[in-house]
Amino acid sequence: MSTPFYVAPEQVMKDRADYARKGIARGRALVAVQYTEGIAIIAENPSNTLRKVSEIYDRIAFAGVGKYNEFDQLRVAGVRSADLKGYQYSRADVDARGLANQYAQILGQIFTHEMKPLEVEILVAEIGVDASSDQLFHILYDGTVLDEKRYSVLGGDADAIAARLAPELVDSVPNLASAVKLANSALAGPDRSLVADDFEVAVLRRNGSRRAFARLDDAEVSNLLAS
Amino acid sequence: MSMPFFAPDDNPGASFLELLRRTGPEPFATADVSGYVSIPHATTCVALRFSGGVVMAGDRRATSGNLISHRTMEKVVEADRFSGVAIAGAAGPAMEMIKLFQLQLEHYEKVEGQMLSLEGKANQLSMLVRGNLPAAMQGMVVVPIFAGYDVAFGTGRLWDYDPTGGRYEEKEFVATGSGSLHAGTVVKVGWRSSLTEDDAIRLAVRALWEAADADSATGGPDALRGIYPVTASITSTGWSRVEDARLAGMVDEILVEQRARNGGETR
Repeated sequence: MSTPFYVAPEQVMKDRADYARKGIARGRALVAVQYTEGIAIIAENPSNTLRKVSEIYDRIAFAGVGKYNEFDQLRVAGVRSADLKGYQYSRADVDARGLANQYAQILGQIFTHEMKPLEVEILVAEIGVDASSDQLFHILYDGTVLDEKRYSVLGGDADAIAARLAPELVDSVPNLASAVKLANSALAGPDRSLVADDFEVAVLRRNGSRRAFARLDDAEVSNLLAS
Repeated sequence: MSMPFFAPDDNPGASFLELLRRTGPEPFATADVSGYVSIPHATTCVALRFSGGVVMAGDRRATSGNLISHRTMEKVVEADRFSGVAIAGAAGPAMEMIKLFQLQLEHYEKVEGQMLSLEGKANQLSMLVRGNLPAAMQGMVVVPIFAGYDVAFGTGRLWDYDPTGGRYEEKEFVATGSGSLHAGTVVKVGWRSSLTEDDAIRLAVRALWEAADADSATGGPDALRGIYPVTASITSTGWSRVEDARLAGMVDEILVEQRARNGGETR
């Protein structure tokens, strides 16, 4: 039996991280923005059927970028976990923090122990009773959890997008129309222009109904962009 | 609680029941109960079609033997946006069944990204009733009604069930529970295909009134405590519950009519 080559752990981790980052950078980005009535999630997504943003529970939404089959598997696991917990305890006991921790465990486990890390970044968003208790958990491919405030950017070119978005959100909370418009210009950047059909938009609305998640169709999005 | 992952060949898909079977609590675990226990029973519910959808209504009483065990039961509940379920039978298993059914529909919708068809929902309920069969054999029978607005066909549809999970689609109306014979007869006599929503609600309230008048296990409207039948209509805009104030008005009209029948005398 031949002795395997020694590879420094630092190198292994770096290679995996590079691999995951490359995979994520190939896909299109998304942003989540707190607006006056909740949280809006705006993804650049040419498909109208393969969703990046979806409902997990009453007040919790999920969004993923990167490899579709991988984040979709995580999405379904999240729905299952949330529904089971709500069934066994109560609907009020299901929260984004718990889900984010579970996701972090899984992504961390896979990153360290499997051959191939997951090429995904995910967002678990929850609206609270008021804006101050809204939560945005941004979870990276290696299980790192970032607890973000006001907005979150996921995917390739995230830094540049965040740099375009951040100054607009410094001292005001936008309404839905301006949130969508801001996301549009941040995602498109100076050299491209996007239309409603290029976006997938969903919101968590603080409007008193049990299921806060709602999708906006292309017509609604183009109205918002035109307003 | 850990996050549930499954191998592709053992995946429960969009079914919450399958997921429960794989992960833990068995919803219909029944011990071998021998002997008689007095458990609360819920009673009469009706559903009928009208031109724009369906109306469902159920009385509020649960009885345990000859005693009233609960006065404000909600036997008619929203299953999801476009459908409702009404339950007669053993209250405990019935409520658990409703909870599971609601979850099953929501779980499917979230996992698959779209709602089940109305027929699919009716079929799911059938499986839940069948799952309760061992308990039914020991006296804990649950017999639901399922009704909803079929978005694909643009019409209201309704189903009744037998304790073995048999599922029967009806064209006009269904009634279930101990007062169903009386309630069903009233609806049968008054039913027209041209009923408006308001007519249909009135007819359902009248049917429950007559059932309560003749069946001791069915509770009538209780103006003293402000308890009225749970009544809801399901149309192309979805489920909407009829407010108690509107029902109270309808009950008052029934009272006036009853007095008039007796020549204005109270009997």
